[in-house]
Order: sequence, then C-alpha cells, then structure tokens
Amino acid sequence: MASAAAAGAPPGPAAPRSRKSVTGTRRTVAVLFLLPALVLLGALVVYPIGYSLVRSFSNASGDGFVGFDNYKTLFTDDGIRTALKNNVLWVVFAPTVSTALGLVFAVLTERVRWGTAFKLVVFMPMAISMLAAGIIFRLVYDQDPDKGVANAVWVGVHDTFAQSSAFPKAHPGRRSPLVAQGGGFVTKAAVHAGQPVALPLVGVAPDQLPDDAKKAAAARPEPGKVTGTTWQDFTRGKGVGKLGAPDPSEVGYAGMRIEAVKDGKVVASAKASGDGTFTLPAAADGALLRLPASNFREPYNGVDWLGPALVTPAIIGSYVWMWAGFAMVLIAAGLAGVPRELLEAARVDGATEWQVFRKVTVPLLAPVLAVVVVTLMINVLKVFDLVFIIAPGSSQDDANVLALELYRKGFAEGRPGVASAISVFLLLLVIPVMLFNVRRLRREVRR
Amino acid sequence: MRSKSSTFRTHRAVTTLAALLTGALALSACSGSDDDKKDNGDKSSGATAGSTVPLPKLNGAHLEVAAVWTGGEQANFKKVLAEFEKRTGAQVTFVPAQDPIINFLGSKIAGGQPPDVALLPQPGAIKQAVDKGWAKPLGAEARQELAKNYSQGWQDIGKVGGKQYGVYYKAANKSLIWYNARVFENAGAQEPKTWKDLLKATRAVYDSGVTPFSVAGADGWPLTDWFENVYLSQAGPEKYDQLAQHKIKWTDPSVKRALTTLAEIWGKKDYLAGGQKGALQTEFPQSVTQTFTGGDQPKSAMVYEGDFVQVNIGETKAKVGTDAKVFPFPAVGAGAPVVSGGDAAVILKDSKAAQALVTFLASPDAATIQAKLGGYLSPNKNVPISAYPNAVQQKIAKALIASGDDFRFDMSDQAPQAFGGTPGKGEWKDLQDFLKNPGDVAGAQAKLEKDAAAAYGNGG
Repeated sequence: MASAAAAGAPPGPAAPRSRKSVTGTRRTVAVLFLLPALVLLGALVVYPIGYSLVRSFSNASGDGFVGFDNYKTLFTDDGIRTALKNNVLWVVFAPTVSTALGLVFAVLTERVRWGTAFKLVVFMPMAISMLAAGIIFRLVYDQDPDKGVANAVWVGVHDTFAQSSAFPKAHPGRRSPLVAQGGGFVTKAAVHAGQPVALPLVGVAPDQLPDDAKKAAAARPEPGKVTGTTWQDFTRGKGVGKLGAPDPSEVGYAGMRIEAVKDGKVVASAKASGDGTFTLPAAADGALLRLPASNFREPYNGVDWLGPALVTPAIIGSYVWMWAGFAMVLIAAGLAGVPRELLEAARVDGATEWQVFRKVTVPLLAPVLAVVVVTLMINVLKVFDLVFIIAPGSSQDDANVLALELYRKGFAEGRPGVASAISVFLLLLVIPVMLFNVRRLRREVRR
Repeated sequence: MRSKSSTFRTHRAVTTLAALLTGALALSACSGSDDDKKDNGDKSSGATAGSTVPLPKLNGAHLEVAAVWTGGEQANFKKVLAEFEKRTGAQVTFVPAQDPIINFLGSKIAGGQPPDVALLPQPGAIKQAVDKGWAKPLGAEARQELAKNYSQGWQDIGKVGGKQYGVYYKAANKSLIWYNARVFENAGAQEPKTWKDLLKATRAVYDSGVTPFSVAGADGWPLTDWFENVYLSQAGPEKYDQLAQHKIKWTDPSVKRALTTLAEIWGKKDYLAGGQKGALQTEFPQSVTQTFTGGDQPKSAMVYEGDFVQVNIGETKAKVGTDAKVFPFPAVGAGAPVVSGGDAAVILKDSKAAQALVTFLASPDAATIQAKLGGYLSPNKNVPISAYPNAVQQKIAKALIASGDDFRFDMSDQAPQAFGGTPGKGEWKDLQDFLKNPGDVAGAQAKLEKDAAAAYGNGG
C-alpha cells in the first residue's frame, strides 16, 4: 500500500496537463495499444459474465427463455437456502477471525526475538493449495481418535477427567434375569439371603475385560448374606454355552459394582471380585440387585466435528489456519509504516501497553485492516474447495455454500440455468465489496 | 505385467496349439479359434493370433476411454487397455471421469471433445446418452461378439429402442454380505440364509463383544443398495420394477415394510460400528477395512456390498476365502435377492478403432485379463470360472452367470441421476437421513416420494 502511494504521488500534479500529449499519443494509437488487453478481458471476463447472465434466464438445455424461474428456484430451494445461510456465517466469521488473529500475531511478533521465524511458520499454510489443506483437515477432523488429531486431543483431555468404564457394551443375553433401567441393569425379582444370585451379561470384548478378571465361579450360599456371581455368559466359539450358569472358560466381571435397591434407595453395595463373585450383607435381603450405569459408561468418542452441527465452524477453522498468515503479513507491513514516535509519545504519557494497542496502534492500522477484511470477504464468498473436500457426503448438505451449490446444480444435477443464476447472484454479492475496495484504493492513491 | 506379455508372445509362436495349451480356457478358446482362422485369412494380421477375437490393425489410431474408476480398479483396467494397444497398435488414453459421468460427458461433448468410448454405470445414463444423440450404435462385429458371449438379459439392458448401444464390460453382484470369519467362529454364528437367521447371527456376534455391522453411510449408494436387496426380496421383482420406474409411489406400504425391516439393523445403535452417527461418517473403503483389521476385535464383523469389496479387502492383511468370507444376501421374503450393477462401454465417437475396442471389451480375452487381477466380475459367460483368482470370487461369478436373466439391475442406477445418483441429494440423502433417524419411516417415505416426484417429473 505504502509503495503504491509513493509511486503514485510524484506524477500526480503533472497529470492534468500532460494527459493529451506527453508523448504525442493520439486516440487511435492509444486504442491500438489497449486492444490486446481489451480483447483478452472481453473474451475471458466480460463474455463469460454476459453469457452466464443470458443462461440464467434460460432452461436446462439452454434453448428456451424461462424468465425469472431460475431466480425463483434460487430463493425457494432448500439446498440453496442453507448455502446462503452458511455463506453469511462464512462472511461474518472467517475474515474477522483471520484478521483478528493476524493482528495479534503481527503485533506480538514485532517484539519477539525470533519474530521472522515465527511469521514464516504462520505464513507457511499459504504455500499449500486449498485442496491439500482440505485433505489435511479431513484427517485432522476424523472421528476416530486414533486418526484425527482434533479428537485425539479432545478425548485425551476428556478422559483425564472422566474415565470410561470396563464394561461399555455389556448387555443381558437371552432369557436373562436382568432388565435394562436407566443405563444400568436391575434384577426382575427380589433376591434373598442364602440363595446365590446369577447376574449374567454378554457383549464385552475379551480384550477389554479388566486384567484381574479370572474364571467365573458360582457363588456359595452363605446364611444371612446375599451372594452371587456376575460374569460374561459367553463362551468363545460356542455362543452362550450353558445359559445362566458359569461355564468353565467364562470370565467373571472383576470390579463390577453391585447395588441392592429397596424402594428406590440403595441399602447395600459391593464390588465383584476377580472371579465375579460378590457378597452383600443381610440388609440386601429382599432387595432388587442393580448394576448401576457407571459400570457401562461408553468410552468417550470425541466430538462429531464433521457432523451436521459443527461442520461449518470446523471448515471455517481450517480456513483461518490458512489465511491468518496472509492477514498477519499484510498487517505487519502496515505496522512497519506506523510512526514509532506516536507509540513512544503514548508510552511517555503513561499509557499501558493495552491502551497503546487499543488507542494508537489499531486506529493507525485501520486502513490496512479494512483492506485485509475486504480482501478476505471476497475470497470467502467464493470458497468451494475446502467445503467440497472436508465435508463428508452425509453432511455436505449442511456445510453447503453458494459456490458448492453452483457446482452441484451445474455439474451434478444438470441444471445449468439455476447454476448460472447462482453465479449471477454471487457476482452481485461481490460487487459492493469490490466497489468499496476500488474506491478506497483510489483514495489512497490520491493521497 | 511383464510375465503376462511373455505368455502372449508364446501363444503367438504356437498359434495352432493355442486352444490346447490354454487348458482352462478350452471352452472359450475352441469357439473362438474357428473365427480366428477365418479372420486371419481375411485380414492377415498376425496380432490377432492366439486370441479369440479378431481385431484390425490400428497403427496410429488414438482413442480416449472415459470411466469413473479409480485406484486399483483403474490400474487393472489400464492393463486391459494395454493389451488392446499391443494387439492393434492403437494408442489408448484413459480419461478419469467423475460421478455423475453423464454430466462429465455433457461438458466434454459441449466442448467438442468427447472421449471415443465411455463406460456408463447406469442403464438410465445410456438412455440419456442415446436421447441426446451422443451414443453411436454398435457395429456388426461388436454385436456378433456380444451375442456369442452374453446372455439375453445382459444384452437387453444395453439396448435402447431395440438398438444395441452398450456392452456390459463389468458386472457387480450387489447381493453379498462379507464377514470376518474369525469373529463368526468366536461367536459361534452361522452363515444365515434368511433375514431371521441374519438377525440371530447379528445378535450372536453382538453378544460376543463385537459390533456386528459396518455401514458406509458417508456415501449414499451403499445405503440404496441395502434397501434394494431388502425390497427386491420382500416385495418381489414386479413391485421392484414398478418402483424403479416410479409407477408406484415411495409412500407405498411395501416401501414402509422394507424400511421397517431395514431399521431392525439400522435402528440399533450398538449394531453399527460407531453408532448411526459414526456410520454417517464412514466412507465405503473404511467400512470394509475396519471389518477386516484388528484381529479378534475388529470394529465390526460384517459389511454389506457387492463383489468389489474384495478390492478394499486387498488393502488389509485379511485373505479372501479364509479370513474374509461371504454369504449371499439372505432372503427377506420368498427368495434371496440378486441385485446387480454394471458398467457398459458405449461409443461416443464412431470410428473403426472405437468399434474394435468395444468388440475387444465384449470378448472373453479382455474380461479374462481383468478377472485374473481380482476385484472384477464379468457378465461374459465365456470367461472361464478358473480365471478368477480365488474360490470366493469363483463362487460369486458362478452365481451371477447362473442367475441367467433372473437378476434385477440396481434400482438407484435406473432412476434419474438427480434422484438415484447424486451425492448429498435425492435417495442418497434421504436414506442417510433415515439412517440418522431410523424411527421415522413415514417421514423418510415422504421425503423419498417428494424427491422422486421432482426427479422423475422433469426427467433429470
């Protein structure tokens, strides 16, 4: 920006006089010189725009006039409406977050010893294509914590606070004395002292069973106490084996918590030992036995990054990753042009660093910030590749943006008329932003 | 590749003994060798010797072939094209296309540069190509080759208005469920023959501590295939044809029954790897690999899809036939369904070379090359069963050829593209929504009907 202003300034005053004949140029010669550029612009820019406009008023095969039908579709089609909504999200958040981050990076790197190295690293993502970034972030956001970095971190943090249990998928087998209740299981009938209870479940993967699990044993009756066994009633290769009684190779649920419940109140509780046996005091007599839900908590599977709800924010995140560096470099350039004396003066006057930043640096940078935000806005309006690649098929609809819908309508559904209408609409959206940018640039040059 | 080319050179040297030497190829070779002699006399081109199909010399000709195949499938097909190049001297370039190929071709044709031959995956697409005047009818040689090698049913779906346009080079048997043999053994589960048995086996697997199914919900098409199998078996072929042509509505009670049946598996969170949400983010290749990796504890025990699942199993350490086994989709109603798919070669730019290539693709020679490489099934009845690399593949091929004309073509492939073949739209999207919310059968039906009406209405 600074260089453009500098270059533009000197010839400025001379311009009005010299326009006619500094080199004796005549109009025809001027046209001759402009011709190649005009032809190229016309063929590559003006003609496609004009043709899209014409196409947006014709039907799918392009040979019939349909009036504003395509535009009507544009504002009634569900897919396009989500796309519009998402585009608004994009335009609001992607440029502002990128610019804000860029500003923070730029201001901070000014005072760091290794600022240049840091800038280099932040700018690095700009060196790769949107497509490659999309593929990278597809992996980052993968649901499987073993693959996706985002979920690996999230699950790691989560699991340090809330551990999953040992028997996540356990459930009653056939003809079980247990029924499901509130995430846990409870016996159908009351238990009594002196009569051993069997609490068989199935469905725990053998390698997930606790290490101290031993072969299940039938509990011995003890007078005045409720005894029983809880174990995996499933024999490898044979199915359940003998239903409701521990077979030789079946394994006890070591550490399973058992509660005796009377009228909704827990009267006694116990933990199963290695062979699955447990003993409850006499108080449990006549109670229902419950295996509470805490035994069966599913392992935390992380966040559904690419599910319908989070897919757009997730993709915007990947965009910010790419473009924050771009914003930073432009802002850093602007920052270099900020007169040091002003900052020093503010500091001498007793302003805190935050005040200097808020009241001096940011206002001085405002023109640069505006350029960055506007440039990114134009860029964001046409975002396509990131969405196309990162969103899985099942949530592509939820992540839809106008440029993607344009592609889908034009090339997947074979409705070029509607696609053209979308492109004209996109053009209309970009024009005000562009006008703003051009006008600002001109003002800059005049200054 | 190298070893293969040397075999062919040997064949050339001992032309007269070709039929005897090829052993397993005996049947097809015998029927073809007569033609060889005749045609060799006519054209006196040494290149066709040792093969069952006469091909002209095409030095200097250049062909472009477009198909949507990627990865291993593409690599294998290129080997077939290489053989064609070697026999004729023509140059063939493979043009990778993207789905839906008909729109890809549309832009190519609008640009005045259509590929010479395209492989269209849907009968609907062939019809569209003919209606738009893109497709060129097959010449006499190709038709003759087709009649010799294909059953009537496979010839007929390549016809439009009584004229032959397509050669079904590749078929898919989409009525298969693949399973991890070790998990089934541990769980004591049996290969089911009926839907009830399937539920029983599913339950047994679940009880053993392994999630029963992997459903590739991120892609829409495996979901449509699931539905088609259940529907074909439950409602019968007549209704199937009617629904395929949208002569009955998707709000029909038969659709409700099929969706309800489907929900017996799709509706149980613990039956699907990752639950419904996880399934919706599982892409097809992953749905296969996660079934056949992980030793005793894979992420799932079974995965439904066609014969091409083998290509993806090839990416794991599991061996097809021992670790990875297969059973036909169980009968939900009276009989077990046979849903098939396929890719037809269609000529877009008529020339001697293009006709020759399609003729070659209709011959058992071309199909045999790709059959040996695996992950491929040919509807060509003269491809020797022994050409398929393993017992499983042979079983599938035999079943497909044996079904004769009794198969039904994939319904979503017969539907207009906007309904049955667009990612994130129409039937694909509606079934994804159903997988997300399997309780809402009526809602799913309403959405399917709405999208179908729109798509069939404007004819794509």
